[in-house]
Amino acid sequence: MASTTTAAPVPGTSTTVGGRSQRNVKTLPLVAPSVVILFLWMIVPLAMTLWFSFQYYNLLDPTVGGFAGFENYTFLLTDPSLWTAMINTIFLVFWVLVITVGLGTLLAVLFDQDFYGRSIARLLAIAPFFVMPTVSALVWKNMLMHPVNGLFAFFTRSLGLPAIDFFGSFPLTSVIIIVAWQWLPFALLILLTAIQSLDSEQKEAARMDGAGPFSMFFFIILPHLGRAISVVIMIETIFLLSVFAEIYVTTSGGPGLASTNLAFLIYLRALREYDVGGASAAGVIAVILANIVAVFLVRSIAKNIAD
Amino acid sequence: MHPKTRERLVLTVVGWLAAGLIFFPIFWMILTSFKTEVEAVATPPQLFFTPTLENYITVRERADYVHFAINSIVISVGATLLATLIAVPAAYAMAFFPGKRTKDLLLWMLSTKMMPAVGVLIPIYLLFRDTGAIDTRWGLIVVYTLMNLPIVVWMLYTFFKEVPKDILEAGRMDGAKPKQEVWMLLLPLSLPGIASTALLSIILCWNEAFWSLNLTTSEAAPLTTFIASFSAPEGLFWAKLSAASTIAIAPILVFGWMSQRQLVRGLTFGAVK
Repeated sequence: MASTTTAAPVPGTSTTVGGRSQRNVKTLPLVAPSVVILFLWMIVPLAMTLWFSFQYYNLLDPTVGGFAGFENYTFLLTDPSLWTAMINTIFLVFWVLVITVGLGTLLAVLFDQDFYGRSIARLLAIAPFFVMPTVSALVWKNMLMHPVNGLFAFFTRSLGLPAIDFFGSFPLTSVIIIVAWQWLPFALLILLTAIQSLDSEQKEAARMDGAGPFSMFFFIILPHLGRAISVVIMIETIFLLSVFAEIYVTTSGGPGLASTNLAFLIYLRALREYDVGGASAAGVIAVILANIVAVFLVRSIAKNIAD
Repeated sequence: MHPKTRERLVLTVVGWLAAGLIFFPIFWMILTSFKTEVEAVATPPQLFFTPTLENYITVRERADYVHFAINSIVISVGATLLATLIAVPAAYAMAFFPGKRTKDLLLWMLSTKMMPAVGVLIPIYLLFRDTGAIDTRWGLIVVYTLMNLPIVVWMLYTFFKEVPKDILEAGRMDGAKPKQEVWMLLLPLSLPGIASTALLSIILCWNEAFWSLNLTTSEAAPLTTFIASFSAPEGLFWAKLSAASTIAIAPILVFGWMSQRQLVRGLTFGAVK
C-alpha cells in the first residue's frame, strides 16, 4: 500500500471501520476524533506550505505578494545553497547510518552474549538516546570538543599534537559524531531485540554443525537481522533528514553553510530571512524526500501488521 | 582457567568497555556538575576533586530554572494525557471491532508521523502567530499531542489486542455496557501497557527540540529551549550548565530505562518484534 502523508486513503468520516458496527457497538464515534484531528494536522499545514510555495510572501515586507508561479522553485533550484544543504543532508544521513548500523550490529551481538553485569552495561549503553538533543550537543561542544578546554584537546595536546578545532575545521563531521552518538543506542536496542528473537535451536544446530563465531555471524545472525536493519535504516532516515537542534546549538549551520542541512536552511529562510515563499518551496522538497522513504517503511510495517 | 570462564571474562571486559565509552559523555557531564567552575575548565581535566553541591544549589535557587522545569512537566504530561484520552477509544474500537479497513487506517495514522516537521514549520508558525499560541504552554501541548497521537494509538492498539477477548465477552454477557467494559475491564487489564505508552510519550515530549525551539521563547519554554540558551556563553558556566542538564535528563533517563522493551515496539511500529 503506497499511502503516505500526501495520499490518505481514508479521509475523515467516510471510513468504513466505523460504519461496520458489530455487536451493536458503534465504532465511528470512537475512531473519528483521532482520525479527524490527525487528518487536519496533516492536510492543513501541508496545503498551506504548498500554497505559500507558489506565492511571493515576505513576513517583513507587506508590499511583496501575489502569485509567483514556479518562481520560488526555480530560484531555489538554481540557488547553490540548496544544493549545499542537500549534499550536507545526504552526507549526514549516510554517515550516521553507516556508524549507527555498523557499530549497532556489533554491539548488539556483544550484548547478546552472557557476561557479568550485562544488564547494567546495557543500560549505560542505551542512555544517550534519552538525553535531550540540546544537552547532548552542548556537552559534546563544550566539554569534549572545545578546542581549548575540551577533553579531546587535552588528549591531543598530551600526545604533543595541536588541538583540533572541531566545529571550526570539521563542522559537519562534528555534528555527525554527535548525532551518531545519540542514535547508536536506538540501533543497538532494536537490533538486540531482533537478535534475541532468533531461535536458539537454530543457533544450537549451527553450532553442532561446527559453525565458528564468524560463520555464525555471517550466515545465521546477519541474514536474520536483515529486516530489522532495514527498519532501523528507514526510521533513522526519516528522523535524520530533519536534524535540527544539534546544528542550532553547535554551529548554527556554519561556518558559512558548511553544516547547514535542509531543515536548517528552511529555518534560516523562514525565521531569519522571513522569506515564506522560498522556505515553503524548500519545505515541499523536504516532504517529498521524506515520503520516498516513508513509502518503503509503510510497506514494511504493513507486512508485519497482517495477523 | 576453564576456557568458558576465560571467554566470559574477556566478554565482560569488552562489554563494559564499550558501554563505558558510550556512556562517558554523560558521566563526564555528571562529574562536571559536582566541580567548581574553575575545576570544570581546568587543564589537565580533573578526575579527582572535592565534590561540591554548589551548582545544584545555584540552579535550584534560580527561580527561572524551576519555571522551565515546570513548563517541561506541564507540557509533557498534558500532551500525554490528552493524546491518551483521544487514543483509547480509537485503539479500543480498532482492537476489538476491526473492520475491513482497520489496517489501512492504522497504517495511515502511522504515516502521518513520517511527515518531516520542517515541511510544516511555516504554516504552524504563522497559525500560532495569528492565534496568539506562540510561547504558550497550550500551544505546545496541542502540537505534541498531535505529534505523538499516532504512536500512542498504535501502542495502545497492540496492548489491547493482547487482552483476552473472552474476558470482555464475559463482561458483556453480564450486561456491561461498552463504557463500563472499557473502564472496569479493559483499562485495568492493560494498565501496564497504558503506563508504558504514557511513559514513551512523556519521553518524546520532554526531549522534543524542534517545535520547542521554534515556538517558544521564555514564557512557555521547556528545558530543551532553556538549555539551548547556554550555547552562547563560553567557559565559566560549564559546571552550572552540567548541573542544570543533569537534573533535566535524570527523570527521563530513569523512565527510558524502565520502558526500554516497550520502546522498541513503539518506535518501530511493530516492524521489529
